[in-house]
Parts: sequence; C-alpha cells; structure tokens
Amino acid sequence: MKSESPPRLWPADIYNTLKKLNVEQVAYVPDAGHTQLILDCQADAAMKTVSLTTEQEGVAMLSGAWLGGQRGALLMQSSGAGNCINMLSLAQECRFPLLMLITMRGEWGEFNPWQLAMGQTTQTILEQSGCVVERADRAEEVGEVVFAGGQMAFSTNRPVAILIGQRVIGFKDWSK
Amino acid sequence: MVNDRKGTLDRREVVKAILDRRGDALVVTGLGSSCYDCGVHDHPNTFYLWGAMGAAAMMGLGLALAQPKRRVIVVTGDGEMLMGLGSLATIGAQQPDNLSIVVMDNELYAETGMQPTHTARGVSLSGMAKAASFALAETVYTQAELERGIDALYRQRGPVLLDIKVSNKRYPMSIRMRDGAHIKNRFRESLLGQQAFD
Repeated sequence: MKSESPPRLWPADIYNTLKKLNVEQVAYVPDAGHTQLILDCQADAAMKTVSLTTEQEGVAMLSGAWLGGQRGALLMQSSGAGNCINMLSLAQECRFPLLMLITMRGEWGEFNPWQLAMGQTTQTILEQSGCVVERADRAEEVGEVVFAGGQMAFSTNRPVAILIGQRVIGFKDWSK
Repeated sequence: MVNDRKGTLDRREVVKAILDRRGDALVVTGLGSSCYDCGVHDHPNTFYLWGAMGAAAMMGLGLALAQPKRRVIVVTGDGEMLMGLGSLATIGAQQPDNLSIVVMDNELYAETGMQPTHTARGVSLSGMAKAASFALAETVYTQAELERGIDALYRQRGPVLLDIKVSNKRYPMSIRMRDGAHIKNRFRESLLGQQAFD
C-alpha cells in the first residue's frame, strides 16, 4: 500500500464550520491531525484558544464558557477520550452542550500497538458516558458532520463527539 | 514532611466574609464542604458542583474568558484542587486577569472520612500556583492575612489563588438544590436573561 497524502481541505472546513456555529472558545490537547485547525483558530482574534494539560480540563472549561454565554469546541486525539470519562458527568447531569472533535488513532492502518486500546474503544466509552457520537470517514463530509453535530449539541444541550476517522487523517506507511 | 502549623480559621466565617463582598461577581464552587459553605449564602450567580471532582478551577477559567468584565471567584477545597492540579498550569499559561481561586484548605478529605490530603504533608498549593505564574498566590493563616487576601480576590489583577488554612470543624449540608440542570439554567437566566434560552 502506498502512502497517501490527500489534500487537507477538511481542517479549513472545520474552522469555517466553527465560525458558522459561533464558537468562541477552543480548548485543545494537540494532535497532529488538528495542527492546521489549531493554527487557524489561534490566528482568529474572535476565538480564545486554550492549550490544556489533559482533555478533561476542556470538558469543565467549556461548561464554564456556556455558563457565561459562549459556545466552545474541544479538540483532542482519541487517546484523550478516556481521560474525560468522569468529567463528562458534568455535561450529562447539567445538560451542558459540548462539541468534541476527536481525531482517531488506533484504527485504519495503525502502526503503533499502544494506540489500539483507546482507539478501538473510543466510541463505546463516549456512548457509555452519555455522548452522542457521529463519525466522519471521508474528507469531504467532515465539515457537514461537524455542523450537524454542533447544531445538535448547542440546540439540544447535550455532549456530541465527532470522530474523524484515521483514514481521513492519512495513512502512515510503516513498511520502510 | 509534615506541615506542623494547623489552620484555625472557621470556614463558614471565611466564606461569609468573602461572599459578603461579592457584588456582581460570579461564583463557582467545588463539591463537598465548599459547596455547602457557599450554599448558606445562596445566590443565582453561584454555580454549585456536586460532583465532577477537579472541575472547579477550569469551569472558572471558561466563565472568566466568557465574561471578561466580571470577576469570577472559584471556591473549592484542597482535595478538589489537588485533583485538578494541571489546571493551575493551564490557568497560569492563560493569565485570565478576572479569575480568583479560593481553596478552603482543611488538609483533609472531609466527605470521605477525614483522611489527610497532600497539603497536610508539606505540599503547598500557593507555591504551586506561584510556580505556575499566578499574579498573586498566598497561604492564609490569620484574620489579618484573610482581610488582605479578600481585598486581593476582588481587586488584584488575576489570576489569584488564596490557600486559606481553615480548622477541621465540619458543618452540616446547607443548600439542598442539587439538580445540575436547574443550577445551570438558574445561573444562565440570572446572568444572560432571555438569551439563556436562545
């Protein structure tokens, strides 16, 4: 299998979608898949970007943002989903909206065995923690999946996680 | 290492002195005793956590960023703060000038049977906040230090952290309002008016 290097238009689609959703706070633990999106958000004076030490901080922070009348998005890699489990009780009990954009590892063509434990259980863990989970597995659908998920989160006051498939992010060829 | 100096301040008197001056400040409490302390002085602009241990400081950050013209006061306990230590680094990096954190530090996990926390063993939360670039971080033992500290909570450029050493006296629960969705909606309606339901 050859290494793929797809044109990476989907990060800009997410950024434009976050603007359309009126997202003003963006919290993140960096992931390679979110590199461009983080830069775009940092360059936007109308967005407050906050780098976290652990993903669960973002669940609490964006609940505070909503208390204060602002919408947020939480960016992470799938390995961070498990860090959020107890903190997601905040969203569930209080009906806080939460939009999580999760770039997947531990699936399609993964080469690092340590990623599989969390990558293969991300969706189950999030669903068991009360989140609505949607997936985007094609680059061209990422923007609309994020928009649909955002509308659901902010209109129904619920945590919604969008999983962006590893196939979208790109295949790392481990054969050479 | 054991911390030999014990707290003597009364937690309910400390919280009363802080909240008497709240004005239009927004308050987030940690779970447990700090929730009950603040519940004695219930206010729609107080958000009470009854769970999600470790959330209080970061909820305060999100709220402070959303409401930059209002002072945000987080009132939490030492156990709750210790569970969210990373948030001191995140807040220090962010430097919100309207965020103040009060730790009601009895050096105990009071809800679970009075087990000592790390602050009983020489760990200084104000030292950690200082190392995380807080604009002001102090440990408070005396009434005079408390009075200066409360002034700083409301007037000093943030982020501010006061680690207030209180006695191990336990008080009963106060507020019975514990439905999270209700507490959230009440807070938002008070702060945002009809926009809360847009």
